[in-house]
Amino acid sequence: MISAYTKEKIAKLALWLSSFVILAVLLGIIAFVVVRGIGVIDLEFISSMPRRGGREGGILTMIVGTLAIIAISSIVASPIGVAGGIYLTEYAGRHPLSKVITFGADWLAGVPSIIFGLFGFAFFVVFLGWGFSILSGGMVLACMILNTIIRTSQEAILAVPVSYREASYALGATKWQTVSKVVLKSAAPGILTGVILGIGRAAGETAAIMLTAGSFMFRLPTSVFSSARPMSLHLYILAMEGVHPGAIARAFGTATLLILVVIIANLSSRAIMSYYTRTLRQER
Amino acid sequence: MNKYREWVIEKSLVAAAMVSLIIIAFIIITIFRTGLPLIAEEGVFHFLFGMEWRPRREIFGIFPMMAGTLLVTILSMLISVPLGILAATFLAEVAPQAIRSILRPVIELLAGIPSVVYGFVGLMALVPFIRIHLGPPGFSMLAGAIVLAIMALPIIITIAEDAINAVPKTYKEASLALGATHWQTIRNVILPAARSGILAGVVLGSGRAIGETMAAIMVLGNIPAIPDSVLDPIRTLTANVALEMAYAAAGPHRQALFATGIVLFGAISILVITANRLRRGQQL
Repeated sequence: MISAYTKEKIAKLALWLSSFVILAVLLGIIAFVVVRGIGVIDLEFISSMPRRGGREGGILTMIVGTLAIIAISSIVASPIGVAGGIYLTEYAGRHPLSKVITFGADWLAGVPSIIFGLFGFAFFVVFLGWGFSILSGGMVLACMILNTIIRTSQEAILAVPVSYREASYALGATKWQTVSKVVLKSAAPGILTGVILGIGRAAGETAAIMLTAGSFMFRLPTSVFSSARPMSLHLYILAMEGVHPGAIARAFGTATLLILVVIIANLSSRAIMSYYTRTLRQER
Repeated sequence: MNKYREWVIEKSLVAAAMVSLIIIAFIIITIFRTGLPLIAEEGVFHFLFGMEWRPRREIFGIFPMMAGTLLVTILSMLISVPLGILAATFLAEVAPQAIRSILRPVIELLAGIPSVVYGFVGLMALVPFIRIHLGPPGFSMLAGAIVLAIMALPIIITIAEDAINAVPKTYKEASLALGATHWQTIRNVILPAARSGILAGVVLGSGRAIGETMAAIMVLGNIPAIPDSVLDPIRTLTANVALEMAYAAAGPHRQALFATGIVLFGAISILVITANRLRRGQQL
């Protein structure tokens, strides 16, 4: 019979251990990629065109493709997501519609990216006739990051003290004046974190892009209707085709860049968020 | 004038909030419109339980892929559920503030790393390891289960931690006051009270594993057959769509891939709804 005291010790040990395992897994993954990838990244790698199917040269076209798709998706999704967040927090109240909308957003968050890919292929590529293009890929990603932006805007807006709104109403402002000039202004940094996290997600997304943006890589895109191969898709193609050492090295370089993007997005959104909550608390 | 403007603004905010519902509706319409006729033609039973997938001879049975998805998901949950619940308990009950502030960003980063990077690490590290130490081919259900387990961890931890935190402090205090140790309290009072919320995390975590595409393609080997052991390659539903959409011409083959998407979407939707119910179930 083990005493309650010993059991307590063993259990606490297991709990501590679990978190170390998780920490080790993350560090292991990052180290594995970055150790072999960081040496590949230099000015030439990020500023020159790929040659011989990506086995030589750099990844300039992929970086441009990624940026273009991110730009479209965040420009489209941000206003809609923020507006949705405003409605849910400031206007909907206990309206039954808000429950339905929240459920819809949860549902959307659970839909696998390959399903978004099928939808994007059938709707943007074929039905609207945009072809495999930056525009099709960007629009699909806009649908995918919408939920992230809605959720973070909601949180940021909820964090704004009620006293701000009351002060504004007391001065005779209308609801929209209050929302746009008082609430949104103080919630702006928080909302920004949602957009940054959405961008981080968009940069790494692959499956949906594969079915909508094509994989063309030998010329820089000239319009939103150009096909493009973003970095994430390039990594997949290199990894699956590659036995060639040049391809493998470039895959590691590309993976390192993707990890860096995610780390920067997460750290900066964290920094903004903690600054934001601190100032709000001080002002209160 | 002002009133009219306020009305217009409110209605446009409602419209923005409705966008996620509209996207869901469009996803359903597009994939069902393309996929459903094929299921109707093949017969639901033949499509779901057919053992053969030979697109060139127009034989479309997805049972091996359904089995593959199910098996790899169960195996991955065997790894990530215990680990995830331990970590969530640690975060909510045991971890000192300093450790918590390290682990939170770690878990966010784990959630943010793109799936193609997970697949790449699995392909370069795990697959060769399994091939050398456990036996060929290395591309296997085991490799997939480990990668998917890591990817599902952040969801399980985050939702389970919320559920544990939602248990009223009085429960804990009452148990401690009766002389129970901290671990006895966690095991016999806190975890049972948080059960349905934790279960919701597990359900959504398996949703992530079922829907994952890139990592699955890169480590599972993609052979549409029922595996004999965990070292055999398998193909998931997501991989089936992603691999063959690249070359499937319009016609029965492409329709069959959309039909695969319908099955996948249905499975995910059931999980999302279940998780939603479970989370609402835990209102203490």
